[in-house]
Amino acid sequence: MHTTAKKVMTTVISMVLITGLAVVAAPAQAAKTTITYFSFSASPDHIKTLNSIVAAFEKANPTIHVKVENAAYADYFTKLKTRIAANQAPDTFELDYQDFISYAAAGSLLNLGAVSTKDKTFNKSLYFGKAYDVFALNGKQYGLPSSYSTVVLFYNKDLFNAAGVATPTSSWDWSDEAAADKALAAKLPAGTYADFQPVQFWEFYKVLAQAGGQFLSANKKTALFNKQPGIDALNWLVSKQNNGWKPTAAQMGTMDDGAMFAAGKLAMWHSGIWMFDGLKTAPFKWDVAVEPGGVTPGNHFFANDVSVSSKTKNADAAWKWAKFLTSDAASVKLMISSSWEIPATSGKAPLAGYLNSPNPPANRQAVFDALKNPVAPPVIRQQNQMQDVVNAWLAKAQDGSVSVVDALNGAAAEVNAILAKE
Amino acid sequence: MKRNARVASALIAPSFIPLIAFLILPMIAAVCLSFASWDLLSPIQWIGLGNFKELFTHSIFYKSLFHSLVFIAGYLPLVYFLGLAAALGLNKKFRGSSFLRAAYFLPVVTSWVIVSLLWKWILNPNGGIVNSFLHVLGIQGPGWWTSPTWAMPSVIIASVWKDMGYVMLILLSGLQSIPPEYQEAAAMDGASKRQILFKITLPLLTPATFFVIVISLINNFQVFDQIYLMTGGGPDGSTSVLVQQIVKNAFDYGRSGFAAAMSMMLFIILLAITLIQIRLQKRWVNYA
Repeated sequence: MHTTAKKVMTTVISMVLITGLAVVAAPAQAAKTTITYFSFSASPDHIKTLNSIVAAFEKANPTIHVKVENAAYADYFTKLKTRIAANQAPDTFELDYQDFISYAAAGSLLNLGAVSTKDKTFNKSLYFGKAYDVFALNGKQYGLPSSYSTVVLFYNKDLFNAAGVATPTSSWDWSDEAAADKALAAKLPAGTYADFQPVQFWEFYKVLAQAGGQFLSANKKTALFNKQPGIDALNWLVSKQNNGWKPTAAQMGTMDDGAMFAAGKLAMWHSGIWMFDGLKTAPFKWDVAVEPGGVTPGNHFFANDVSVSSKTKNADAAWKWAKFLTSDAASVKLMISSSWEIPATSGKAPLAGYLNSPNPPANRQAVFDALKNPVAPPVIRQQNQMQDVVNAWLAKAQDGSVSVVDALNGAAAEVNAILAKE
Repeated sequence: MKRNARVASALIAPSFIPLIAFLILPMIAAVCLSFASWDLLSPIQWIGLGNFKELFTHSIFYKSLFHSLVFIAGYLPLVYFLGLAAALGLNKKFRGSSFLRAAYFLPVVTSWVIVSLLWKWILNPNGGIVNSFLHVLGIQGPGWWTSPTWAMPSVIIASVWKDMGYVMLILLSGLQSIPPEYQEAAAMDGASKRQILFKITLPLLTPATFFVIVISLINNFQVFDQIYLMTGGGPDGSTSVLVQQIVKNAFDYGRSGFAAAMSMMLFIILLAITLIQIRLQKRWVNYA
């Protein structure tokens, strides 16, 4: 046979063999289950970590493929809701505590009782107690807690030292913070400010708890934040700007509070522990302390979970992934090494890596001290509407267009109207 | 004849199918949804006229409608007169006229994301170009988009800057369609430049003016992008317009039915305004 003809024959036979092998191999690939996972907390800094966790999971569970989709927090819930409405819900997705109730009450989440009972290796003691319990509704578990977090008092050591003011300690209360604000404001250069604590719903409900108040009645039928503790709380919050300790929106211009602290223009900053990683290369010394309390200490308790869609066709695979992501040692280790939020696992051993991180802040113990006095956000089904109403009135109190008392009464009246429709 | 109709139908079908799928059907769905309560998660519940009853007693609807009207009242005269001035100035050939026409039109094809960032920077209360200039003149600049009083003017300024080129283009094409003989005849009869402008040019420009006003009103009742990007409806709700409230209710508050009812009201308002304009055009639009 001619050489060229031989080459052609060899190529054709090889192709036929390869195609045959592919056909034989196809059933093995088809047996692989693909599930989707939709996340907000990985964006934008922790997507690589999430991909590493997925790789570890797929290695341990070779028959399951996890397809990850990420969205920024600001867009996440719009996307998730429209996907659920279009009957295209991801198999597994992340929820935060304040949004969880709406989804659980609407029947969008799978009751994990049945799948967890089948799993003999599962024990709820894997999780930090409070974080596990908050993701239940009417006695049914609708999510596995993935992380929890809090807010602490960040401070710029260099600015404190330059002003000759003692740095915050975890035993401070509002009067100590006010004294430091006053002393710093007198000595800081123009364009640098003593403090930043936003005047909005997310701060107010916590400061209200520090003032000894309650946001809603136990049956969630009445707003209680317009009583004396609420007045004290809001007076404290607005006093910071009124006294010139906190920059106004116009003084901040296009910079947000995080950018101002990172630029060394804030001596103290009330913010979340998820900001640690972004500040690790800040060109000044900084640390954190437990936020000062009022008549009583009180600190945020935020938690995220992994829930499974009630419409999933792969409940077992979804359960395995949710459990792995939230409690497996490999996943916890990866989350801690990237300074993601704190994994909601029980026991101190996995958290040692978080406490002993070589990156700032040095006082990471403050995070766990803060969580000794947790204040969970008030949650109702019309959560966003309630938040917007409260935010609008708090903004009026801050800009002085209405008094603190009138702002709280106005907000309470509107919140009561929302509660009446719940 | 029948064959012609079949051919015509076949030719229309490719554009008609997406029109039905992405416009007509969603519109019908929105009308149905306005009589229902739906949070996108739970099953839909029919509530009759409940959303409309709430709409008329809800202060947020009137407030956002008022803000939309304030935007239009500030935007429309400014964009029209600035666009007209640019069109009159560029309605002749001179060195650089093509470049200037392109330059005026450039913001129209620029994304709102970029324009918003640019104007937030220009109007930055802390060190922005405008306030720095005012400071040199000894004037304390306002808080612009951070101030409830100045936020809407800030959005209007940015919108006028972005859209002026579009208005200029429409009016320029209107100007160029006016036969020059009219102006030449008027000039020979001794009419001044001012008289030619007000008695010849502007009356013959009314079809283009009519088009600009109709399109601008329809577009600006639906203003959203610049509000979302520059102020988010704030501060203190001072720039919260109708479409922003529709989006907020549908997606943030899970009140799709209420949002659909607001959309229906917006549709009725736009339809009424457009019909009134079409009716009134006979009185002031001159089709030479």
